[in-house]
Amino acid sequence: MSALAVELGCVAALLATAVIGVAAARTPRLGRVSVYGLAAIVCTIALVSAAGALLRQEPPAEIVLPLGLPWLGSHFSLDPLSAFFLVVVDLGGALASLYALGYGRHEHAPQRVLPFYPAFLAGMNLVVLAADAFSFLLSWEFMSLASWALVMAHHREAANRRAGYVYLLMASFGTLMLLLAFGLLAGTAGDYGFAAIRLAPHAPWIATLVLLLMLLGAGSKAGLVPLHVWLPLAHPAAPSQVSALMSGVMTKVAIYGFIRVVFDLLGQPDWSTSGIVLLFGGITAPIGILYALMEKDLKRLLAYSTIENVGIIFVSLGLALAFQANDEKLPAALAFTAKLFHVFNHSLFKSLLFFGAGAVLSATGERDMDKLGGLIHRMPVTSVVFLVGSIAISALPPFNGFVSEWLIFQAVLQSPQLPQWGLKILVPAVGALMALAAALAAACFVKAYGITFLGRPRGPATSKAHEVDRFSLAAMIIPAALCLFAGVLPGLVMDALAPIASDLLGNRLAPQSPLAWLSIVPLAESKGSYNGLLVAAFIIVSASLSYVAIRLLATGSVRRGPAWGCGFTDPVPLAQYSAAGFAQPIRRVFGTLVFRARDRVTMPPPGDIAPARLRIELHDQVWERIYAPLANGIVGTAVRLNRMQLLTIRGYLSLVFVTLVTLLLVLAIWT
Amino acid sequence: MHGLAFDISHSLAGGLVLVSFMMLYQDRLTSLLNVFALHALMLAAAVAWQAFIQDAPHLYVTAAIALIFKAIIIPVALRRIVYKLGIHREVETVVGIGMTMLAGMGLVALSLALMLRVTADADALAREDLAFALSVVLLGLLFMVTRRNAVSQVVGFMSLENGLILAAAGAKGMPLVVEISVAFSVLIAFIVIGIVLFRIRERFDSVDVSQLDVSRGERS
Repeated sequence: MSALAVELGCVAALLATAVIGVAAARTPRLGRVSVYGLAAIVCTIALVSAAGALLRQEPPAEIVLPLGLPWLGSHFSLDPLSAFFLVVVDLGGALASLYALGYGRHEHAPQRVLPFYPAFLAGMNLVVLAADAFSFLLSWEFMSLASWALVMAHHREAANRRAGYVYLLMASFGTLMLLLAFGLLAGTAGDYGFAAIRLAPHAPWIATLVLLLMLLGAGSKAGLVPLHVWLPLAHPAAPSQVSALMSGVMTKVAIYGFIRVVFDLLGQPDWSTSGIVLLFGGITAPIGILYALMEKDLKRLLAYSTIENVGIIFVSLGLALAFQANDEKLPAALAFTAKLFHVFNHSLFKSLLFFGAGAVLSATGERDMDKLGGLIHRMPVTSVVFLVGSIAISALPPFNGFVSEWLIFQAVLQSPQLPQWGLKILVPAVGALMALAAALAAACFVKAYGITFLGRPRGPATSKAHEVDRFSLAAMIIPAALCLFAGVLPGLVMDALAPIASDLLGNRLAPQSPLAWLSIVPLAESKGSYNGLLVAAFIIVSASLSYVAIRLLATGSVRRGPAWGCGFTDPVPLAQYSAAGFAQPIRRVFGTLVFRARDRVTMPPPGDIAPARLRIELHDQVWERIYAPLANGIVGTAVRLNRMQLLTIRGYLSLVFVTLVTLLLVLAIWT
Repeated sequence: MHGLAFDISHSLAGGLVLVSFMMLYQDRLTSLLNVFALHALMLAAAVAWQAFIQDAPHLYVTAAIALIFKAIIIPVALRRIVYKLGIHREVETVVGIGMTMLAGMGLVALSLALMLRVTADADALAREDLAFALSVVLLGLLFMVTRRNAVSQVVGFMSLENGLILAAAGAKGMPLVVEISVAFSVLIAFIVIGIVLFRIRERFDSVDVSQLDVSRGERS
């Protein structure tokens, strides 16, 4: 049986699981075990089959099912690109299902989650498999609606209802853009199969327009600034396993849509369009992580960090486009492979971090970091894997985040080869923005990890926390191990990704695995090489040496004495660094520009014993400058038009009459 | 012969427009119904003449429908309704008659200017017919807009529909089934409106449609 048939079978099995979810929701325990267990098994099968297809470099296969539009049918195909994204989707799906086997115990409304969870997985699989515009859009909408239902699972909280509403609006906007893009692609011939679109020639202005529409459509789903507003609301609102899927996997499906259309269906791009993609990505990355730094809700922080990573991915997409437009095949392949690598990495560590946040949430009932702290004593395993995820997402060696970002920077460094001056200036500027984002990300995750897991408990809930169940732990340990594996042996991953680049761009990076000592040399030895194994060995050796040195050379006897309290002797836990306090220096530097941040101190008059208050004012400028005026405009127009609903009969007749006469007059004057 | 046939059909269609103008200044319902019956009579004559010169027997059926339903049954029924409602003595004026007539002339000028230009390559008879038909439709609409009484709005609607029939008769090759279905839809509209009239009357002791607005809370 071909891999494609296996994948479609898995989709059908997931849909059947959704039906089981409806039936079994009455008995929470049975429902949880059956739905999540089945989903985990099916996702693992799909994962193995897709990975096999990718590694064996199977030729593209296509199946036409007699569903959907009668004259079109439903085309599904499996080529290296979709195989890779299936790996991402199903790896995330399998991990999330495994996690949910344990975590789902804390779900108080399982009947609202169990039916939609497998449906959501099936939708994401279908988007990646679809090979005609109709099935693609249908699966896309199916995925959106299933995830919307999951966001609305805890609909009794007003904030979740608002998140669901904003999400629905933005999802419809995105789908509208995709619809227009595919309409333009199909052209007047109206053949919606991807194979036909690929062969048809596209006028340059249509190609530019389609790229912009895809940027809006896929970008709104992926969370590109300024289309990101729904993401930090919706992702944390869902149950944690779903948050992990939405952040780690669904944004990747959106990126898949963008790649499929722009790199596969459109053909040769124009260099100016790559500038737009670069600019959007370059703005998104630092803005996203600055939002994350200002956040004290752990899950929202992770959601904002997703925006940053989407920005990084779009930067490397823009780089690949720029090089491809100038026929620089090798740097294009480098940027493209780096981007796929980062897609894979982000799906790993973002799932891991959301699982960790979910574990903290289930152990303490808190998402607010200012009420957490000291969890490293209570939840040792969770805190270690969360640390791994934090280091990986902060792009520090020896983990995988470093490798993919390093590769992207290698591509940035090739920008002097570009002939256009606009790109020559823009690419290094965007690279600087990315470097800024990477540094801020490290600060952000120092904050996330330090405030949550280190120090002393800040609230009563934290001191009673205990380690989570084995399923959740396993689901967190596996991606952590994969992060380390991909970081230490990046050459293997790059070789697995190479056929995708050669398929879409016509060139690939040189094979990395035969190189000595498992180094990676993306372009040439002189331009940069990296050896994850060596770095890891160095870190381990130097860390052990310093540990031994400290034990040997420092005084051997452990003394317990009062710690120096920086002159502050009151030992209340609230005196520790808070999340806002940690971010204060960065808020001072960037906040005034990006958030119009203001600190206000209210001092009581002398003699008054009221405490002094420090109030921090932050403005979400994207919301206030773009969305709020838009919403006000729409509501205002609707209110004004509402009067049209309540005219008298003669009023309506007059309206018809005047319209008719005006149109006739126009016609009379025109002809 | 062609010249005479053209002249007659031209004058019949023109007569229909003239009667539409007559409707505009009737301020009593009984006389309005009489004029409406005349309107339908003119239509029947115009359609019958078209049937004769086009040699299209099915148009005779249309003419007969117009004669029986619109010139006889509907006016008589409306008259009974008016008497039953006791509004046969009422005078309604919404917009001054002079203004209405001026607006009507403007509409006729518009439709002539437009139709004659748009249909430059159609044959002369159809052009004249379409221009007059559009005038009748616009005048009917103007009539509906300027009246407040529900009965006169019904009459305005019927006269508008007469204009449509005139246009249909002028265009050769209009299938009979379309005409019959239009005729029946008008009949059903008449029945529905008749029922609604009595319901309005029951509720508000008046068939002045502005009363409906009061009940909706629009005006006090």
